[in-house]
Amino acid sequence: MLTRLREGTPDAAREGRAGEGSANAAGATVRIEAVAQSFGDLRAIERIDLEADAGEVVGLVGPSGCGKTTLLELMAGLREPDSGTIAVGERTEPSERLDRCAYMPQRDLLLPWLSALDNAALALRVAGTPRREARDRAGEHFERLGLAGFEAVRPDELSGGMRQRVAFLRTLMAGRPVLLLDEPFASLDAITRAEMQSWLAGVLGPDRHTVLLVTHDVEEALYLSDRVVVLSSRPAMVADRIEIPAPRWADRAGAVTSPQFAELKQRALRSLAEGSR
Amino acid sequence: MTVARRYLAPVAVIVLLLGLWEVAAQWDWIANALNLQDFLVPAPSDIATSLWEDRSLLLDDTWVTLREVLLGFLCALAAGLAFAIVLHLSDTLRRAFYPLLVASQTIPPVAIAPILVVWFGFGLGPKVLLIALVCFFPVTVNTLDGLRSVDPQLITMMRTLGASRGQILGRVELPSALPFFFSGTKIAIAVAVIGAVFAEWAGASSGLGHQILIASSNLLTARMFAAITLLSVMAIVLFALVSLIERRVITWDSRGVTRA
Repeated sequence: MLTRLREGTPDAAREGRAGEGSANAAGATVRIEAVAQSFGDLRAIERIDLEADAGEVVGLVGPSGCGKTTLLELMAGLREPDSGTIAVGERTEPSERLDRCAYMPQRDLLLPWLSALDNAALALRVAGTPRREARDRAGEHFERLGLAGFEAVRPDELSGGMRQRVAFLRTLMAGRPVLLLDEPFASLDAITRAEMQSWLAGVLGPDRHTVLLVTHDVEEALYLSDRVVVLSSRPAMVADRIEIPAPRWADRAGAVTSPQFAELKQRALRSLAEGSR
Repeated sequence: MTVARRYLAPVAVIVLLLGLWEVAAQWDWIANALNLQDFLVPAPSDIATSLWEDRSLLLDDTWVTLREVLLGFLCALAAGLAFAIVLHLSDTLRRAFYPLLVASQTIPPVAIAPILVVWFGFGLGPKVLLIALVCFFPVTVNTLDGLRSVDPQLITMMRTLGASRGQILGRVELPSALPFFFSGTKIAIAVAVIGAVFAEWAGASSGLGHQILIASSNLLTARMFAAITLLSVMAIVLFALVSLIERRVITWDSRGVTRA
């Protein structure tokens, strides 16, 4: 109860700590220095330096198979790099990174025997929150995420877009300061994907999380991020860093067709093409 | 398709076969062809008569066998589930025990039944043990396969949510292994009845298997068929019960969880 009262005030939200199950946990910095990773003879990541400030949305774009997912797994502490250091909120131990990162995988991975609400509340249940309280707290976000009325529905009856929303809420409910989103909309058709991008922009707008968004869709990265990092093909290196001058565009259709956006897109596509050589 | 139309064809086949049997037995076609006395080949109507006239005897035997089957089956269910979980959690134990588990299945239950009687006597114990032994393998192997075929990405997802090993087991692995567990359970309940007959043949003073032996030595073929009919009905009813429980428990589409 105390946690929920604290969540309500802006000050409390800023103080929100990882692990307490608050969906509004304030962001933490992510700092990656000289990270390299190989799998046997395969050099996946050559040397990457990357930084995300607290509350910043950083898009990671690169050709497929360039090690973007590996990079997220490294950040999340699911594996340790061969060399280099990764710090999330100043902490470098893998288990401490895992405590600070919520990872949303490409596939929604919803549990088919749980309702949408119970899937969303999974992190709270794992943390030991009683079922009723966990459902209440996850349920509070259904309206805002456009999921109202779908609480009791099982995943196999939800559309692809709705499933991604539930998976996103499940990630959010982990209450971690850093969200790692791995091609969250890759499996959706173009129209639904555009819809979900507007939706995510709306959700991330007032949110204070640090977000690392991996995608192979340049438009998606430019539209949603404060900064876009273009990676080269394997072994991955940073090919370009693009600051978005007017981040968090209002409406998607207007944004992606504006001349300013077109310029940024051209630059990103060129960097991508050069990095793929 | 309505229920009536779904069951029409199989029921028609059974009625037709029973009718043919009735005619062939009544007119002594089978007895003549096999060069037997006609009373050795009972017609379905004779079996029905035996079922009715020997009902108190057969009912007593049915309860005896049913109790053995249920006890053995439930022991195997508990032991099989526990063993599958242990083998799933420990690679070392799995590598050590899996070959033994498979090898144990190659020993015919008919062969062990007399040994169990020698060691444990004529009571309920050796019957329950034999039934449990034949049920154990399908339950354990299927459940273990189910636990091992969980999508590894689901486990990674649970880890990123901070789940412990036990929570991953309880919240993801066990629920997604449930369909496998039920497949094993359905095989087990079918073989449990067969196991009960073997166990009773090796040494018993009651039960449907025992009744078949007694009736056989007295050339009461109609009563033998009546006992066989009851064994078969028992297996079908138990199988249907397990299927019903399965449908009640697994209400989701279970294809999506396991690795393709």
